[in-house]
Amino acid sequence: MQRYFKGLAGVLLASLCAGTWAGEYSLTVDPVTIDTGDFRKQGIGYNGASPGPILRFREGEDVTIHVTNNLDEPTSVHWHGLILPFQMDGVPGLSYPGIAPGETFTYRFAIKQSGTYWFHSHSGFQEPDGAYGAIIIEPQGREPFRYDRDYVVQLTDKHPHSGDRIMRNLKSSADYYNRQQQTVGDFWRDSRERGLAATLKDRLMWGDMRMMSSDIEDVQGFTGLINGKGPEQNWSGLFQPGERVRLRLINSSAMTYFDVRLPGLKMTVVQADGNNVQPVTVDELRIGVAETYDVIVQPKEDRAYTLFAESMGRSGFARGTLAPREGMQGEIPELRPAPLLTMADMGMAHAGMEHGEMAGMDHGSMNHGDMAGMDHGSMNHGQAAAMPADPFYAQGSGLIPQAYNDGRFLSYADLRAQKPLYEERAPTREIELRLTGNMERYIWSINGIKESDAEPIRLQYGERVRFKFVNETMMTHPMHLHGMWSILDVGAGQWNPVKHVISVAPGTTVYMETEVDAPGKWAFHCHLSYHAAAGMFRTVIVEGGPQGGDS
Amino acid sequence: MKRLMIPLLLASASAGAEQMRHSMHHGYFYGVRVDALEYRHGDSGEELGYWSADAWWGTDELKARWLSEAEYSFDHDSWETLDNRLALQTPISDFIDLRGGLRFDTPDGENRQYAFVGLTGLLPYWLEMDSNVYLSEHGDVSVDLALEYELLLTNRLHLTPELELDAALSDDEAVGVGRGLSSLEAGLRLSYDLVDRAIAPYVGVHYERAFGRTADYVAEKGEEREGWFAVAGLRLMF
Ligand SMILES: [Cu+2]
Repeated sequence: MQRYFKGLAGVLLASLCAGTWAGEYSLTVDPVTIDTGDFRKQGIGYNGASPGPILRFREGEDVTIHVTNNLDEPTSVHWHGLILPFQMDGVPGLSYPGIAPGETFTYRFAIKQSGTYWFHSHSGFQEPDGAYGAIIIEPQGREPFRYDRDYVVQLTDKHPHSGDRIMRNLKSSADYYNRQQQTVGDFWRDSRERGLAATLKDRLMWGDMRMMSSDIEDVQGFTGLINGKGPEQNWSGLFQPGERVRLRLINSSAMTYFDVRLPGLKMTVVQADGNNVQPVTVDELRIGVAETYDVIVQPKEDRAYTLFAESMGRSGFARGTLAPREGMQGEIPELRPAPLLTMADMGMAHAGMEHGEMAGMDHGSMNHGDMAGMDHGSMNHGQAAAMPADPFYAQGSGLIPQAYNDGRFLSYADLRAQKPLYEERAPTREIELRLTGNMERYIWSINGIKESDAEPIRLQYGERVRFKFVNETMMTHPMHLHGMWSILDVGAGQWNPVKHVISVAPGTTVYMETEVDAPGKWAFHCHLSYHAAAGMFRTVIVEGGPQGGDS
Repeated sequence: MKRLMIPLLLASASAGAEQMRHSMHHGYFYGVRVDALEYRHGDSGEELGYWSADAWWGTDELKARWLSEAEYSFDHDSWETLDNRLALQTPISDFIDLRGGLRFDTPDGENRQYAFVGLTGLLPYWLEMDSNVYLSEHGDVSVDLALEYELLLTNRLHLTPELELDAALSDDEAVGVGRGLSSLEAGLRLSYDLVDRAIAPYVGVHYERAFGRTADYVAEKGEEREGWFAVAGLRLMF
């Protein structure tokens, strides 16, 4: 704690000498007890708590961060989404050896960006066990939007089991945590509604593939937390009616996508993954694991508004409150029914896919040409039925989100960069990455190869690489490239949004481009903790460029 | 923006990177599963204890396994069957593993050792399958096939039918196995996941029947060729 105050003092000191920002910060990595309101468990935190402190940096600042490991195992801290020299990136085995028990490692890097980010351990399952915190970076210039209050809303999925135990259970039995499987009762209900023959055919089709339509969340049974507080503990943010409140949504979950809403309020999305976007107003949004979205809400009534974040598979939720006074709470909505995957999520062109609803669908030809031609701006989100398909979900997918009030649900296709970060230019080459896996064995891979058997991806400094993600699995994967920006192709050319995590839904193909401007060794992986650990991970080596990679 | 001076104290980090990878995990796992730890009460009054357990350690590519199955007669204070296997197992397709090793049959009575090789895994429509070929120390060859299906009444209440068939190519009278289809076992168990999937108590019925020569050997010992049992037990996983 004392160290942290010293860090704060450093910031204050630095801010006095205008021009040369230099802040010194200290973090300790500590064993902590985590109390979710539902259960207590031993975990790992920073400066004695999980989540750790909110680190506040300024764009242009030279930061020095001392990280002391008080655990009896090695640790590491990765600054998620920050552009920095690879030796400072905090991935053991790639950036550095990690931080041994009792040791202090000092990170030094320049802050070249602004926005909302987060930090977490990249060692073992320390991050699911609690080792994460938020980062807020003040911009040098003015922000293109106004707000009166500013809250970090850090979402997590805290599980009573340790990360190691979860991984072991998944390896023993991949459906260990799936308690939403279809039962005999579901069979009879579906038979009544759709007919016995159709239901039987559906079940046989899934059974033939040995896959489950309910396989949306690998790890259920968690308690959703907001800033470390469970639904019962009700994290609250205060406002004066009429004020504009900036919510910095960060999904620090190990495994859980959240659908976030504040019933009665519209959210104006102003930032995605730390980068300003052209404001888009929605009723609900889906935040993938490791993504951040900054939204502005303007509660006008003198009442409590519930911040409700339902997991994508509807197996759990996080809840908090925005209220004019302490201790107030709003109504907590019920979880909506769990979605089920469809054959479209299998990405087929499958032989057995003569399913009525799916007829006429052709994923092979779902190319980018169509998408670019789509006028997203004029999309009428009021008419759900007539709405053009979301290009980031397979047509007929069971995962297509729908806003709670039939209003507008944020799509990747809605995102436009506020200001292009790079000059638009043609990619020098395309790299195809098929997201692959074997659910039964709980093996996850890229192009059919686990990290432990794979060759690194080699990029040349100065390239602009186009990555093609083809999701051949039935799960959604949030793909995270360290060290360089991921420019998501939404068909908007230079206005394509700049992100650090690209979520790829089942049965879809998604493109992103990267300006290869950071020499060194970088990690590139699915941000679902147990997918990364099971092999959906690649080392990226950027060759050439400035010596030492410290530019 | 000012350039940072980064100390080269990490020069060695990259050298070891290829070996260390990203150190997310070590790649070895273990599991222990007791599919049955049960009490059997026969239709003619006999009382038996039974277990079937499986412990493994290894990687995705290769696992070492210890499989144990035993039946103990409380009436005779004796092991009817006591079967331990040491095996290695490796995947040969997305859903099927090849398994092979040694089997040590040490009931009260004649012992046998076998080499065995088999296939185990998940068949379409969620049928769990385990099938093996055994070669005994005396050169006798036998096979077995086990199938199991888990029907979800709810997400915690499961009804599990299972079927096992044994057959032999030759007589091995000393251990009571005759040529041809030798025996059939069928079970139906209703289980409830009490604590996660770690502890699941169950009740059920179990049926056993001997055929052909094997049935004759059973009869010679003065035992029943077939029998029904009421069973109660626990399934454990940790
Ligand atoms: Cu993944």
